[in-house]
Amino acid sequence: MLAISRQRILGQCFQKIRPAVSELRSYSSAAKQITVREALNSSLDEEMSADPKVFLMGEEVGEYQGAYKITKGLLEKYGPERVLDTPITEAGFTGIGVGAAYYGLKPVVEFMTFNFSMQAIDHIINSAAKSNYMSAGQISVPIVFRGPNGAAAGVGAQHSQCYAAWYASCPGLKVLSPYNSEDARGLLKAAIRDPDPVVFLENELLYGESFPVSDEVLDSSFSLPIGKAKIEREGNDVTITAFSKMVGYALKAAEILEKDGINAEVINLRSIRPLDRSTINASVRKTNRLITVEEGFPQHGVGAEICSSVVEESFAYLDAPVERIAGADVPMPYAANLERMAVPQVEDIVRAAKRACYRSVPLAATA
Amino acid sequence: MAFSAPTANFTPLNTPFLRSHDNTLVSSLSPSPFFGSTAKLRLSSSPNFNLHRRSGSVVAVSEAVKEKKFKSTRNLLITKEEGLELYEDMVLGRAFEDMCAQMYYRGKMFGFVHLYNGQEAVSTGFIKLLKLQDSVVSTYRDHVHALSKGVPARAVMSELFGKTTGCCRGQGGSMHMFSREHNLLGGFAFIGEGIPVATGAAFTSKYKREVLKEADCDHVTLAFFGDGTCNNGQFFECLNMAALWKLPIVFVVENNLWAIGMSHLRSTSDPQIYKKGPAFGMPGVHVDGMDVLKVREVAKDAIARARRGEGPTLVECETYRFRGHSLADPDELRDPDEKARYAMRDPIAALKKYIIENNLASEAELKAIDKKIDEVVEDAVEFADESPVPPRSQLLENVFADPKGFGIGPDGRYRCEDPKFTQGTAHV
Repeated sequence: MLAISRQRILGQCFQKIRPAVSELRSYSSAAKQITVREALNSSLDEEMSADPKVFLMGEEVGEYQGAYKITKGLLEKYGPERVLDTPITEAGFTGIGVGAAYYGLKPVVEFMTFNFSMQAIDHIINSAAKSNYMSAGQISVPIVFRGPNGAAAGVGAQHSQCYAAWYASCPGLKVLSPYNSEDARGLLKAAIRDPDPVVFLENELLYGESFPVSDEVLDSSFSLPIGKAKIEREGNDVTITAFSKMVGYALKAAEILEKDGINAEVINLRSIRPLDRSTINASVRKTNRLITVEEGFPQHGVGAEICSSVVEESFAYLDAPVERIAGADVPMPYAANLERMAVPQVEDIVRAAKRACYRSVPLAATA
Repeated sequence: MAFSAPTANFTPLNTPFLRSHDNTLVSSLSPSPFFGSTAKLRLSSSPNFNLHRRSGSVVAVSEAVKEKKFKSTRNLLITKEEGLELYEDMVLGRAFEDMCAQMYYRGKMFGFVHLYNGQEAVSTGFIKLLKLQDSVVSTYRDHVHALSKGVPARAVMSELFGKTTGCCRGQGGSMHMFSREHNLLGGFAFIGEGIPVATGAAFTSKYKREVLKEADCDHVTLAFFGDGTCNNGQFFECLNMAALWKLPIVFVVENNLWAIGMSHLRSTSDPQIYKKGPAFGMPGVHVDGMDVLKVREVAKDAIARARRGEGPTLVECETYRFRGHSLADPDELRDPDEKARYAMRDPIAALKKYIIENNLASEAELKAIDKKIDEVVEDAVEFADESPVPPRSQLLENVFADPKGFGIGPDGRYRCEDPKFTQGTAHV
C-alpha cells in the first residue's frame, strides 16, 4: 500500500522536477539528485562488485575514464582484466564479447555511439540474438550492449541516427531506453542481470541532467522490470508515448497543454522490446487519443508499431487518428537551424496534441 | 644500407630482399624505430635534411632520387617555387586549424571538430603531387586534406559554420567534406570507412583504362587514415584486394600514435604498421611524417608506381597531432614530454629552416606568405559569417538524386511535385 502511494507521488513529482525540490523532501525521506551519468556509473559499479563474471569492454572505457565518462573510476577499482580498453574494432570486440557470453561470462559492451554498432551488427543480431533459438536453449547470451543513441548536437549525419526501431524489430533481443536517473539505474541493473542479449540505448544529452531519486532507487538491489512502461504523468484527454529524451519534451508539452485545458497523459516506454502494449492500450482506452513521439526516422519506427498495436486492440476507443511525431525523413544535417528542424521539438508535440483534440484545424499530411 | 640495393624497393612480391630491407631498418635504429611515449625513441629527433639521409627513417630511396641528386648541381630536393608552394600550403593548414579552434570556442562552430595541427607535412607532402583528377579519401580529420586538394578556404570555413555556401551546403559538417570538382571523396566519421571507398575509386580508374579503353586514365587515389584504423578488418580486406588487382592506390597511414586516449602501443600487437604491406604483397614503407621533404620523396615513388600500374603501396608516416583528438578532448593522457619533443619537430619550422639555409628564399618572402595566408583565413571567416544559413526548404533537398524517391502522396501525385512539400519538417 505504502509502495503504491509512494509510486504515485513519485509520478506526480516528476511533473514538477526543478521548482518543487522542497515539496519532494516532504514525501520521501532523502530525495537526492543524481545525474544520469552517476546513475549509470553506480549501477555498473554495483553490478561488477556483486558478480565477478561481469566485465566491461569498449573503446576508451578504461584509462580515458569512458568517452562520456560513464565508466569513470572503474578501471582503478576493478583492474584492466575487468575493464578492457579495446582497439577500434567493433566487429572484433563485439564478437569476442558474444563468445565470452556463450561461455558464461557477462560482458557489458560499450559502443561509443550506437552508430558504431553498425560495424558490429552482424554479431549483435546473428551471434547474440539468434543463438538461444538456434541452439534450442543450450546457449544463452547474457550480454549487454550499451551506449548513446540518437542525435546529439551538431555531430552530423553519421553520428546521429536512432537505432531503437532497428534493434527492436529483431526477435531474441531486449531493447531498453531509459529517460531519467531512476530508469538508468533500474534498467541497467535489470539488463546486466538478464540472461538474454539486451541493447541499452542511452542518450548523450541526458547524461548531464540531474533527476531526484529516492532511497529505494539508490539501494544496490534496486531494479526495474523489463517490459513495463511507466506513466510519468496522468491525464484524461490525450496519451503521449515517448522514450529517452523525448519523454522530457513530452512532459514540457504536457505543461503547455495544461494551460490550454488539455490534460495529457505521458507514458515513458522504458522498454522498446518487449513493448508494454497493455499499458499503452489501457491509457488509450481512457483518453481515446494517441500521439507517439520518437527521435528516429519515421518509416517503420517505434511509433508505427505502437499505432498498429492500438489499432489492433483498441480501435473502437479511438476518437481521432493516431498522430506520429518522428524525426525528419532525411539524414541529419549539420547546420544548426536545419538540425533543429530535423528533430521533434516541444512545439511539434503541442501542435499534434491540439490536432488530436480537434482544437486546431487539421493540417495537410506534409505539414 | 638501403643505397646499396640495386633493385628498386618497390618490388611487389614478398621477396627475401624486402625482409633484409626490414632488418636494415631495424638495425640502423637502436631498439625499435619509434615507440611513442617510451624513453627510447627514434634516432632522428631533429629535422634531418642531410642529403645522405643517414637517419634511416626513410626506408625507400629510389633510383630516381639518387639520379636526381647526382645530376642537380645544387643537390637540393626542391626548387624555389616548389618550396614556397609547400610552405604556403602547410601554413594555410596550420592557420586555418588554429582559426577553427578560435571559432569553436566562440560558438560559431559546433559538434565534433578534429584538428590537424602537426600533421601538415603528410597532407602537403602527398597531395601537392596529385593532379586535379586524382582522388583523395580522408577521415574526420579532413579540413587540411580538403585545403591541400584545392577546396577554397572560404568553402571549408562556411561548411564548418553550417552555412549554405559551404562545400556541402552546410549539410555535411566538419567530418564530411566532399568536393566533386576537386575529387575529394570525403570526409568519413567511421574509421576504416574511407578505405574501401578509396579502393573503389582506384578500381574505377583501372576499369576506365582497361574496360572503357580510356587509355590515358591513370588517376591515382590516396587513402588517408590513422593508426587506430590499422587494426580494423576493413583495412586488411582492402589491402588484400588492392594488391590482388594491382589497383592504383596509395594507403597513407598517419600514425600519430594516439586514438583519442588509447595509445597505439596498447592496442596493437605489432605496432610497426608498414610491415603489414608485404604480408599482402605490396611494399610497406615507413617515413618520418614530420618532414615534408622526406614524405614528398616517398610519395613521388608511391604515386608514380601506382600511375605506372604496378599496384598499391602502404606508407606509414610517423607524425603527431599537437592538439587533442578533437576540440572536446581534454588531452590529459599524453605525456607532456612527448608533446614537447614533437613540437620541436614542427614541420613548418623545419621547412622554413631548410628554405632559408639553402637560400631558396628569404625570410621576408616567407613572412609575406604568412601574412597572405592570415588574410586568406580572415577573409574566409568573414565570408562564412556573412553567408546565410540554409533556408528551411533545404532540409529535404539532396536526400535523393531523383526526389521522386519520396514517393507518391495521398493525392496521387509525386510528393516532390507539391509546391508545399519542402515546408515539412520533423513530422513530414
